[in-house]
Amino acid sequence: MTSELNLAGRLGERVEGHFVHLTTDDVVHVAALARLHVTSEETESLVLELSRILDYARDLQELDLTGVPATSQIGITTTVVRADERRPSLTAAEAVANAPDEDEGMFRVPAVLEG
Amino acid sequence: MSAMRGLGIRALHHELAEGRLTASDLIQDSLAAIETADGRVGAFLHVTRERALTQASAGEGVSGVPAPARGLLAGIPFAAKDNLCVEGVPTTCASRILEGYVPPHTATAVRRIETAGGVLIGKANLDEFAMGSSTENSGFHPTHNPWDLTRVPGGSSGGSAAAVAAGFVPYALGSDTGGSIRQPAAFCGVVGLKPTYGLVSRFGLVAFASSLDQIGPLTRSVEDAAIVLQGIAGWDELDSTSVQVDIPDYLASLTGDVAGLRVGVPAEYFETDMDQGVRDRVMEALDTLRRLGAEVRTIRLPHTRYALSAYYLIAPAEASSNLARYDGVRFGVRANDAPNLLAMYERTRSAGFGPEVKRRILIGTYALSSGYYDAYYKRAQQVRTLIRQDFQTAFAEVDVIVSPTTPTPAFRFGEKADPLTMYLNDIYTIPVNLAGLPAISVPCGLQDGLPVGLQLIGRPFDEPTLLRAAHAYEQAAGFSGLRPTALGEVQ
Amino acid sequence: MEFETVIGLEVHVELRTRTKIFCSCAVEFGAASNSRVCPVCLGSPGVLPVLNEEALKLGIRAALALSCEVRRSSKFDRKNYFYPDSPKAYQISQYDEPIGERGCVVIAGTSAPRSIGITRIHLEEDAGKLTHSPFGDASLVDLNRVGIPLIEIVSEPDLRTPDEARQYLEEIKSILQYCGVSDCRMEEGSLRCDANISLRPVGQATLGTKTELKNMNSFRNVVRGLEYEQERQRAVLMAGGAIVQQTLRFDEATGTTIVMRSKEDAHDYRYFPDPDLPRIELTQAYLDARRAEIPELPAQMRARFEQAYGLPTYDALVLTSTQRLARFFDVAASQAVDPKAVSNWLMGDVLGYLKEMGEDIDAQPMRPEQLAGLLRLIDDGTISTKIAKTVLRDMMTSGQDASAIIEQQGLVQISDEAALREIAERVIAANPKSVEDWRAGKEKALGSLVGQMMKETKGKANPQLVNRLIVDMLRD
Ligand SMILES: [Mg+2]
Ligand SMILES: [Zn+2]
Repeated sequence: MTSELNLAGRLGERVEGHFVHLTTDDVVHVAALARLHVTSEETESLVLELSRILDYARDLQELDLTGVPATSQIGITTTVVRADERRPSLTAAEAVANAPDEDEGMFRVPAVLEG
Repeated sequence: MSAMRGLGIRALHHELAEGRLTASDLIQDSLAAIETADGRVGAFLHVTRERALTQASAGEGVSGVPAPARGLLAGIPFAAKDNLCVEGVPTTCASRILEGYVPPHTATAVRRIETAGGVLIGKANLDEFAMGSSTENSGFHPTHNPWDLTRVPGGSSGGSAAAVAAGFVPYALGSDTGGSIRQPAAFCGVVGLKPTYGLVSRFGLVAFASSLDQIGPLTRSVEDAAIVLQGIAGWDELDSTSVQVDIPDYLASLTGDVAGLRVGVPAEYFETDMDQGVRDRVMEALDTLRRLGAEVRTIRLPHTRYALSAYYLIAPAEASSNLARYDGVRFGVRANDAPNLLAMYERTRSAGFGPEVKRRILIGTYALSSGYYDAYYKRAQQVRTLIRQDFQTAFAEVDVIVSPTTPTPAFRFGEKADPLTMYLNDIYTIPVNLAGLPAISVPCGLQDGLPVGLQLIGRPFDEPTLLRAAHAYEQAAGFSGLRPTALGEVQ
Repeated sequence: MEFETVIGLEVHVELRTRTKIFCSCAVEFGAASNSRVCPVCLGSPGVLPVLNEEALKLGIRAALALSCEVRRSSKFDRKNYFYPDSPKAYQISQYDEPIGERGCVVIAGTSAPRSIGITRIHLEEDAGKLTHSPFGDASLVDLNRVGIPLIEIVSEPDLRTPDEARQYLEEIKSILQYCGVSDCRMEEGSLRCDANISLRPVGQATLGTKTELKNMNSFRNVVRGLEYEQERQRAVLMAGGAIVQQTLRFDEATGTTIVMRSKEDAHDYRYFPDPDLPRIELTQAYLDARRAEIPELPAQMRARFEQAYGLPTYDALVLTSTQRLARFFDVAASQAVDPKAVSNWLMGDVLGYLKEMGEDIDAQPMRPEQLAGLLRLIDDGTISTKIAKTVLRDMMTSGQDASAIIEQQGLVQISDEAALREIAERVIAANPKSVEDWRAGKEKALGSLVGQMMKETKGKANPQLVNRLIVDMLRD
């Protein structure tokens, strides 16, 4: 019998039918949030790929995590601050040097409707 | 030509100090090797030829000793993964979206090496934004494994690993978020060190997953890894997560003595699928350690099976936020045909990012989005706590933990087309990042002509013990002398 | 049906630091576009934030001054959204662990003082500024303002009228100015205010559907915007309609509100803890030090002025409108016989003249001790009130003592009865018509005669004495 801890084996079992199903709408919604344009063909394959990845993460749901604190970073446990001292900024020319479009030291973007 | 062949950093330093070689010789040597063979390897995205030559000649004193610094790194060429910013040098993260980007700032790790007189030769290829385990995901070209050009070098620091393995540079900097230094080091038969999270400043490292990313060296030997770590470690006011600790003398820790060292072997790692050859090499390595007087015992890391799931939620979640700034406004490439701002964002990002990056941005966005945060992101962070605790418990009993670096040696291009199959490559390396621990991969022999990597994991900030163990093993095993033959005589 | 208005405010205040919250760029108003930016605030690849200690201090001081409980342990989160004014496409803010919670401020209220709850105060970074190109085809982005430290102060929905909203804002502004936390200049954008407003039938406990009001750039416009929106909602409800939850923009030119977006495009900000910034862990000693930095606040000062100096509430309110004015009054009043007189002079002539000069009390050279000195000279009859007004102006430009000015310009009041009687005789003799009028019962005629006396003495005659003398002489 394959050990339960056999990660690769466990994956193999899941390939056939996965349990977490994203919908096309899910993918379209998330893509919109992430400002990614996805074609309908891309959406189709993404629905499958993302479902499989999320389904793989399904084992997290099985764990009893009551009372387990979350770790969002590791290392520093004290407040880290710097002195309120000025240092030179870039010049406006340097600031916009890498910009795809600029106008007299400002970043130019397609018109933002007053919103 | 080939003046660098076989020489470690200390030996090269000696040659420079004795005046038998100049920094310019080393640079010329490195550039010539790249010229000859990088067409086949594809380790570099950008070679800083003129900059390097200028720096080398400016740094040369009367006796050939580089002027500004007398340290071991002075006058010695190195490569930096192209997700490390260097002022005035194009930095792309192997992404089309950053094509043409020239940063106004330099990564602290690079700056420290340059201040010590090190000379940057070029920017090494990677999986786009360090997302991948094969360097196939580079937006520009893949990198080939110098041991077998039909195989991948690993990733994401595949360019850095291949550049060292091919003999283009004595060492390179990489970054490791889930194994991105150690796995390519294993595939390319070099040493790769991921330091403790917070030991090396991340300033100037283009963020993938901020709570996991760490810069480290890829070298030909453990000694070289210790030397480079000495050069880049230490608190940096520009990185709030860099830790204020006293930096020990890493070279001094390489005593060769591991008698009585307690070595833990995590049972869970060996219960997974791995190549028989890999298993054999690692078992031999454990024998070697025993022979050296180390005490090898089995340990338990019970939450290992959840690490991959946690990682593939946490890293994409952080990435989805870190990569949101590539929006075509302040730097990089913009899609030109957009009728409005929203279209500009969407077209720019869709054209600029490759499929793997998009996939991870979408997964991460999903994991953080309203209604799913608790089920995915938060649970993953809780699991992270359990994984850290596993290691803490284990390190009460052992001094280092040993495992394979990867389940298999280098695979062929296209062999792992499925994203999940690719992710499984990182099952031994990922828990280390989740726990913020230091770990190193050292060559432990060949399997079917391909290198196998041995991973050693240490306690937080206990790089001295980690390096001592790796060094002792390396010296006893004698695999660090192995060099790839696929490139013929350029080595 | 009778409706009750429910208003809650979200106030953003720029903290008075030398540099930005997460980088070392200077905080300066009015610098050339993109000349106060660096790789960090530009959101360049590979950069990291480092917290400005002064921003943290000021934020905590503000929280304490607004009676908040301060968290000993808190963190920064990322608020993710795409917009050209946000270079990283996320704002570093605080989500579920704000630095301060459960505070309050007391306002005068419509009929009686009311305590307005503060839900939370959190630290965050400011965004950049967008302008629109003259051809309308593009927008231009200036990132100088990105990263200026802010606190966001969220009130409970405790306000009941637009004027209470104004009072609340005035009080917040005053407290934060007293603490040196912020300039709170609404015209420069260092204090900004968004409002949530809803109506409900009187007696109903649940809240009605609210709208969010933005872009009110002065206290006056906050009142105008809320009044307009209050009436608009009332009209909709009276007509049997339903309020649509949406975000509105106040249009200054028309005095109306315009729809910006409806609830459907509500954002999903995907907040999560910022891995680049360690948690904020504060010791009791640190919090004690912040508390010690808080000076006497306007409310305390008002109460003291009323009690110690016997001032009317209105006077105390005006005099504490700025800390500098309050301190000026405090010193002057403590040295004067009649604090109410000091108040009258400050609220009348001094503020009037300052307004003319366009200056602040601290910008003119007269010290409070000197004002008290001037009042003593009026009290002891050295100068008349009228002369004092001239002397005051001189003091506020030259900074000289009143006595020196009076001496130099020979302004000492004439109270020598014999001398004045001599002049009065002349004036009475020269104005038989006025004398006749007065005797005929026209009281006004006396004023004319007194006026003549003052003219003869160049205003230096003691007016009370002159009055009495003339009346005596006319009666004789
Ligand atoms: Mg806010
Ligand atoms: Zn800045």
